[in-house]
Amino acid sequence: MGRNYYDSDHLRQFPHVTELNEKLGNKFFDYYNSVFEGDELTAREKSLIALAVAHAVQCPYCIDAYTEASMQQGVSDGGMMEAVHVACAIRGGASLVHGVQMMNQVKKAGM
Amino acid sequence: MIKIHSLISREHTLSDPQTQLHIINQDTPKLCTLPRFEQMLEQTGLWSLRPTQIEILQLNLGYMCNMTCKHCHVDAGPDRTEMMSRENLEACIEAIEKSDIHTIDLTGGAPEMHPDFQWFVERVSRPDRKIIVRSNLTILTTNKKYRAFPEFFKKHGLEVTCSLPFYNKYTTDRQRGEGTYDRSIEALKHLNEIGYGKPGTGLELNLVYNPAGAFLPPDQTDLEAEFKRNLKDKHGVVFNQLFTITNLPISRFLEFLVMSGNLEEYMEKLVNAYNPAAAEGVMCRNTISVNWQGYLFDCDFNQMLEISIDESSAAHIRDFDVQRLTERDIKVNQHCFGCTAGAGSSCGGATT
Repeated sequence: MGRNYYDSDHLRQFPHVTELNEKLGNKFFDYYNSVFEGDELTAREKSLIALAVAHAVQCPYCIDAYTEASMQQGVSDGGMMEAVHVACAIRGGASLVHGVQMMNQVKKAGM
Repeated sequence: MIKIHSLISREHTLSDPQTQLHIINQDTPKLCTLPRFEQMLEQTGLWSLRPTQIEILQLNLGYMCNMTCKHCHVDAGPDRTEMMSRENLEACIEAIEKSDIHTIDLTGGAPEMHPDFQWFVERVSRPDRKIIVRSNLTILTTNKKYRAFPEFFKKHGLEVTCSLPFYNKYTTDRQRGEGTYDRSIEALKHLNEIGYGKPGTGLELNLVYNPAGAFLPPDQTDLEAEFKRNLKDKHGVVFNQLFTITNLPISRFLEFLVMSGNLEEYMEKLVNAYNPAAAEGVMCRNTISVNWQGYLFDCDFNQMLEISIDESSAAHIRDFDVQRLTERDIKVNQHCFGCTAGAGSSCGGATT
């Protein structure tokens, strides 16, 4: 048994996560697969959203999976980097917008 | 613009077809455990693989090319001197005349570099016959002689099918060499100017996409829309159809797979994506490939791997016999998974 965190082979083992709770595991994968079926958004758009979210939640498995999925959907390298910057901007913006809370508190508590 | 050289000029072990076949079949324990292509055909009721009808003759005029792309399955390049002789070209004409072949597909190397290219086209050109030239585009910008070729294509109504692996400079140049994208756009603009790709002209201009790495192509229709939008917006370039082609694990693309450590995963990906519908529509069922020496093959890939056509058929173009060719068994190996993965892949793009 390996002692490494974030082994790339873990992604291959992901489907076995249902072993300890088949009912919930299967429900998750059914849901997951349904999410990626085309409807209002194309498979390409969903891959890019997934890629951006993967960076926001910093999941190396998802980054590998959705980089490849995006390439396979014909997204350019530059397009993928733009998606990463969207994730970065929203993450950064989410911190910065809390600055308003800080400023309001300063106004309230300060002299 | 050329930074890499052919495997053969580097005396690389991968220039040997037997080595290539050994690697994709059994280079690692994992590759040995993958299902065999013939097994998959058998399981899906397609074994042994037989032709439907011989409709297309694909002539590989020679391996000389002005480019040395990283993914080239022909191992073509400026250093390759193999060229089809006039005698073999005459034999091709004779074979075409005595058969129902309606499409002549000219490939290479850069087929335009063959000294008898124009002579041959003039000889076989007929209104009820389709002639396809597989152009790398950049050749059409190299000098005065080749700059005049689009007009020649137009005069004989040739269908121009050209390589453009992506709609941006970065990805295209990475795969095909510095400056390729700009020169390809220049050639496409010229082709557009004389009517190619324009509605109502009947002059077909198709682009070929192949992945710039170890992954499968996207959906052909979706990517065609992306290509059309980008090329129109950025350069005002229009075209008819986009063909998505899967890279087969042979020659220089195999070199890339081995050197980058992607071989096992890529082969696994191809095998897992086996699609019986794509297998049913593989191009070797209606196409015969001829090499520069006049020998016949089931496809251009088998030609490069020197997998000879079934013994029951005449092996040379001068003995071309449609009946025997139609009744032959098509030779397959592990590289064939490239044509049956996902939506399928052929010289005309996806097959499903």
